[in-house]
Amino acid sequence: MANNNSIKKTLIVAFSLCVVCSVVVSAAAVALRPVQQTNQELDRKTNILQVAELYKPGQSVAEQFSHITPKVVDLNTGEYSDRFDPDTFDQFGAAEDPELSESLKGNDPAGLGRRENFATIYLVGDQKDPEQIIVPVRGQGLWSMMYGYLALKGDGNTIVGLSFYQQGETPGLGGEVDNPRWKALWDGKEVYSDNGMEPVIRLVKGGVDSQTPNAENKVDALSGATLTSRGVTQLLQFWLGEQGFAKYLSRFRDPSQGA
Amino acid sequence: MAADSPKGVLTTPVFKNNPIALQILGVCSALAVTNSVQTSLVMGLAVISVTAFSNLFVSLIRNHMPSSIRIIVQMTIIASLVIVVDQVLRAYAYETSKQLSVFVGLIITNCIVMGRAEAYAMQNGPVMSFLDGIGNGLGYTFVLLVVGAVRELFGSGSLLGFTLLTPVKDGGWYVTNGLMLLPPSAFFVIGLMIWVIRSINPEQVEEADFKITSNTKAQEAA
Repeated sequence: MANNNSIKKTLIVAFSLCVVCSVVVSAAAVALRPVQQTNQELDRKTNILQVAELYKPGQSVAEQFSHITPKVVDLNTGEYSDRFDPDTFDQFGAAEDPELSESLKGNDPAGLGRRENFATIYLVGDQKDPEQIIVPVRGQGLWSMMYGYLALKGDGNTIVGLSFYQQGETPGLGGEVDNPRWKALWDGKEVYSDNGMEPVIRLVKGGVDSQTPNAENKVDALSGATLTSRGVTQLLQFWLGEQGFAKYLSRFRDPSQGA
Repeated sequence: MAADSPKGVLTTPVFKNNPIALQILGVCSALAVTNSVQTSLVMGLAVISVTAFSNLFVSLIRNHMPSSIRIIVQMTIIASLVIVVDQVLRAYAYETSKQLSVFVGLIITNCIVMGRAEAYAMQNGPVMSFLDGIGNGLGYTFVLLVVGAVRELFGSGSLLGFTLLTPVKDGGWYVTNGLMLLPPSAFFVIGLMIWVIRSINPEQVEEADFKITSNTKAQEAA
């Protein structure tokens, strides 16, 4: 045992332990990576199908996803961009790359810090005249960044659903953004005012019924979660506004202005 | 506390010498991950495998371990095992691993793992150490499951995801207790549990560190 404390023995033990442990850890990481990536991919696609209300449990996600087309949109011009492959484009990575994003200092209602110049959106059905347009949204709630998807009808205005796939709000209060009964309130609401691309959708306290003026633009706020509700309003107004998808979505509104 | 039969090292930590209830170790993760039975169960399994294997490996090399870097060697073994467990969970239990998020990684700092490696595996053979690790992991899991069951039942009205008490927000009658879903409620549940265990086994009650003197009488103060 006395021998154990010599410098030579200490170095040998430390070195061999490090080698063994790093081999084990990297073997586990490399061997399991394909399964993990499949899981993440599946999770993302399931979220998109759920927000579009197309998800059928028990059926193959890949098959259900087959008539959804991902596209990369340039947020500054509102045009499609073929600079990136929509299947692999990393939007959140782009938000941290100074080349591909811009700082929001001074005008950052959603608490993002930086906004990427390109975003991946998903079209359901025909690409020219889609049934639904699904856009990614995110923003600061009370405690956490909330990541979600917003599904709009083909007119680029009527909401199909809003769903957050990652949030860390207070369980039972702000965490109720995941409650299906609350999410059902979004169906049929309208994002923009009647003639313009100004996002007017918002959460209001005290409930919304048919008597409320402009009820089509208002959703009942979450009780006991003022700051989470404010975060939801602000992130929607940001992502649907001039800095978000307004330029892109206006192409779906203009031709059928009758609405 | 001498429990040197294989059965002894497995069962003693569950009731008689529970790491959370008697030794008050590993409480922090017990607060964070117990808001439903399922997360408690997965967390418990993760801790069982980490304590068991870290005890096994520490015990295997205990005769070659220089005492000057003993703690670092133990931490390296534990940290590697935790990363492996985290990777496995992400691959095969993706949903649950999302809910557990950082707390799987924080098993590294769970005092039970380190405590058993230092207190037991450094002195005992590999097989017994392995069983001791499983036993202590089971003790931890047992407390987690009880706390998780109480919190899920009163906080969401369900057990393992099956609704037992239909909550008002889904059109039922049960008004859910929001406190139960927040980490502090685990303090109350664990506290009550320790009270119950110590009422059954009075020998676990610790001697008070100080005595509270009786109140000063009003006329003496005047």
